[in-house]
Amino acid sequence: MSLTFAEAELAVEQGVDPSIAPSIAGARDYLALMKPRVMSLVVFTALVGLMLAPGHVHPVIGLTALICIAVGAGASGALNMWYDADIDARMARTAARPIPAGRLRPGEALAFGLILAGFSVAVLGLLVNVVAAALLALTIGFYVVVYTMWLKRWTPQNIVIGGAAGALPPIIGWASVTGGVTLEPVVLFLIIFMWTPPHFWALALYRKDDYARAGVPMLPVVAGDGATRRQILLYTLVLAPLGVAPWLMGYAGAVYGAAAVAGGAVMIALAVRILVEKQGFRASKQMFAFSILYLFLLFAVLLAEQMSGGLIGYFAT
Amino acid sequence: MTMSNAMNDSDSTRKVEPGIKLTPEQQRARRSRSIAIGVALGLLAILFYIVTLVKGPGVAERPF
Repeated sequence: MSLTFAEAELAVEQGVDPSIAPSIAGARDYLALMKPRVMSLVVFTALVGLMLAPGHVHPVIGLTALICIAVGAGASGALNMWYDADIDARMARTAARPIPAGRLRPGEALAFGLILAGFSVAVLGLLVNVVAAALLALTIGFYVVVYTMWLKRWTPQNIVIGGAAGALPPIIGWASVTGGVTLEPVVLFLIIFMWTPPHFWALALYRKDDYARAGVPMLPVVAGDGATRRQILLYTLVLAPLGVAPWLMGYAGAVYGAAAVAGGAVMIALAVRILVEKQGFRASKQMFAFSILYLFLLFAVLLAEQMSGGLIGYFAT
Repeated sequence: MTMSNAMNDSDSTRKVEPGIKLTPEQQRARRSRSIAIGVALGLLAILFYIVTLVKGPGVAERPF
């Protein structure tokens, strides 16, 4: 277990073997390790999958599923920060994270992540169902092993393939209710999957130097700005119609359809602006910010329609 | 400060506690970790208890 310089110095002062020196990491550091903002988005998309699924689930079981999915996402975040501590230390955006900042040792993060991963999958399997637990295990494994350990440092397609991990939560939510997977949650998966590249490449365009310094082969670093701008437009052209699919397939209402068409149109307009802009990153920053709103809007409207439909049905009977 | 140093520094009548003397920062961090672990385990126990009540006699039956 490696120590930070401050901890090693303290251990010497205390006359303690540095390998067993007491930790200075508090509960807040462990919470930061779980990437709470990412976790909240994961829980939100899982909730939508859970609410859209046909059939009934007891609220306590539904809440249990969401807690397990949240903890599983936290475990993925902790294991990601354990493995990527060297990259995080070289990037301005991530240098203040608990491990590079010296508040938490890599070994502590590894142990924390493994325990959370084990507990989240086991509890989901015991209290909800085995299919959902298997999907959660797949998500954690994919994010940590396939994305973090393999793709991230190796290929500019890292976030394209790795994005599958972030897109799985609606399927887990759906499986928590039905015990299986059908086409409807797969479409939700595809929306997040196709949303991920334009979202992260828009960020990577204006954070290119940061990624280059850290040695992460993001598309703008490897292929240049021009290729990235074209790829953003291509993915957005696929994403926009895909966003409308839940309405066309009949499991989302007209409000969702209108929101998806309008949101998709803005996404395409921003992607075209990024392509035309050539110099500067104003459109990229706008795309990054709007893409978050776009995804949130789609899932929020889906959820609102489902809940309002349920309330109408309740009062009508 | 090591235990041997502590014994050298103290007079013969003072009792020396064995083990590592934690700094206030280490004590605060340990306390916050202990509380967090206690709360998490308590919530887990409550969760299992409530789910057992909700599932009733079919607690061992899980849909696949």
